[in-house]
Amino acid sequence: MIKVSRMNKHFGDLHVLKDIDLEVKKGEVIVVIGPSGSGKTTLLRTLNILEQPDSGIINIGEQSIDFSQPVSKKEKLKFRQQTGMVFQNHNLFPHLTAIENVMEGPVTVQKVSKDEARKKASDLLTKVGLGQKLDVYPHQLSGGQQQRVGIARALATGVEVILFDEPTSALDPELVADVLDVMKELAKEGMTMVVVTHEMGFAQEVADQVLFMDEGKIVNQGSPDYIFNQTDESRTRQFLKRIQ
Amino acid sequence: MKMYLSNIFTNSEMQEKYIDIFTSSFLPLVKGALYNTLPLTFIAFGIGLVLAVITALMRLSGSKILRGMARVYVSLIRGTPLLVQLFIIFFGLPSVGVTINPLISAVIGFSLNMGAYNSEVIRAAILSIPKGQWEAAESIGMSHTQMLRRIIFPQATRVSIPPLSNSFIGLVKDTSLASLITYSEMFRKAQEIASQNYEFLLVYSEAALIYWIICVALTFVQDRVENRLERYVS
Repeated sequence: MIKVSRMNKHFGDLHVLKDIDLEVKKGEVIVVIGPSGSGKTTLLRTLNILEQPDSGIINIGEQSIDFSQPVSKKEKLKFRQQTGMVFQNHNLFPHLTAIENVMEGPVTVQKVSKDEARKKASDLLTKVGLGQKLDVYPHQLSGGQQQRVGIARALATGVEVILFDEPTSALDPELVADVLDVMKELAKEGMTMVVVTHEMGFAQEVADQVLFMDEGKIVNQGSPDYIFNQTDESRTRQFLKRIQ
Repeated sequence: MKMYLSNIFTNSEMQEKYIDIFTSSFLPLVKGALYNTLPLTFIAFGIGLVLAVITALMRLSGSKILRGMARVYVSLIRGTPLLVQLFIIFFGLPSVGVTINPLISAVIGFSLNMGAYNSEVIRAAILSIPKGQWEAAESIGMSHTQMLRRIIFPQATRVSIPPLSNSFIGLVKDTSLASLITYSEMFRKAQEIASQNYEFLLVYSEAALIYWIICVALTFVQDRVENRLERYVS
């Protein structure tokens, strides 16, 4: 589903992603962990080209972009439409209601009719447990509810991959579970997911693969059991020890 | 001053005369406001707003040339007096064979002015929208134009209503400068009336009163619009 080869990204002099290679199969859940500043969020953002890599190739589905060549806007737009993104701070559109937020992509980008989009958006919001909150503005929702609208919005355009950027980090602890439950549900349904998170419980329970990143590199990767219980790699162990 | 006041309060003949002057000049002044001052204000503000949005987008664009052009325009207009600009357009341009009637001259002058000042307002409003909004719009696959139209402008509008109302109200009053390029808006009407009856204080105060009533009404409209747009923010 996703294949990244030899991807590099610099911010000025800072080499934030170093020769990243990554493969994600259809239906897999990949959890990316690592200390802050390790490049995990940047890695996620390159998959949606919110950050454009300096070099390397990304394949998603049928499409492939080689970033050592100039990339046209059109190419980027088309590429981006295969993935949905859930942000740490949800970034819902404050001037639109919950259902309008979810409809925006289908209606504006995919030119789906409003009626059809509304029906689908209503189904999606019901699925994430917000069937009663369709016409409410984001500021009237709790953080957990906002994030679930964010997930529905990311799903609305019929994407095959969803990218989660620390979806629960900005939430009050008691609201985290609601969001994680929705994510587990999606995983069960076979959605391909790449998740940057500090929720190690979620990683252990749901992930097919865990990647440990440090200083712009994927240092260690494997099954949750391997990463959390078996690995001898010192930086992984050090990191896990520190956060427990 | 003393005499004037004592006349108003004691001399019934004078009272009658003032009331008569006041009422007889009221209609021409209000007509001047409705047919000249307000249309000039609305037209200049409308065209100015279009110029302002274009200029703001040029200032924010990736092209150095567009940014430079916008910056020169804003700098020229902001750095020179409005009255001087109006004089250049109306009295100056005929020297090179370009003669423009008073109304059009005023529209050009005020529009250019509004465009320059309001472009800064709109630029600031666009910049005030958090980066996450652009990214979220990008992540659902929107093109740059779609982002601006659907996500950024609606939010920037709310932010820019108070400062834009300010400049609109400023423009209502600034149109009185058009009297100096012979456009017969309300204040020029007042000058004409006063030059016949010599009641400068009374007639000019009356004009001031009408300007004030217009601005109070506009402030009321502004409050209504702001309340409407506040509904989605806590």
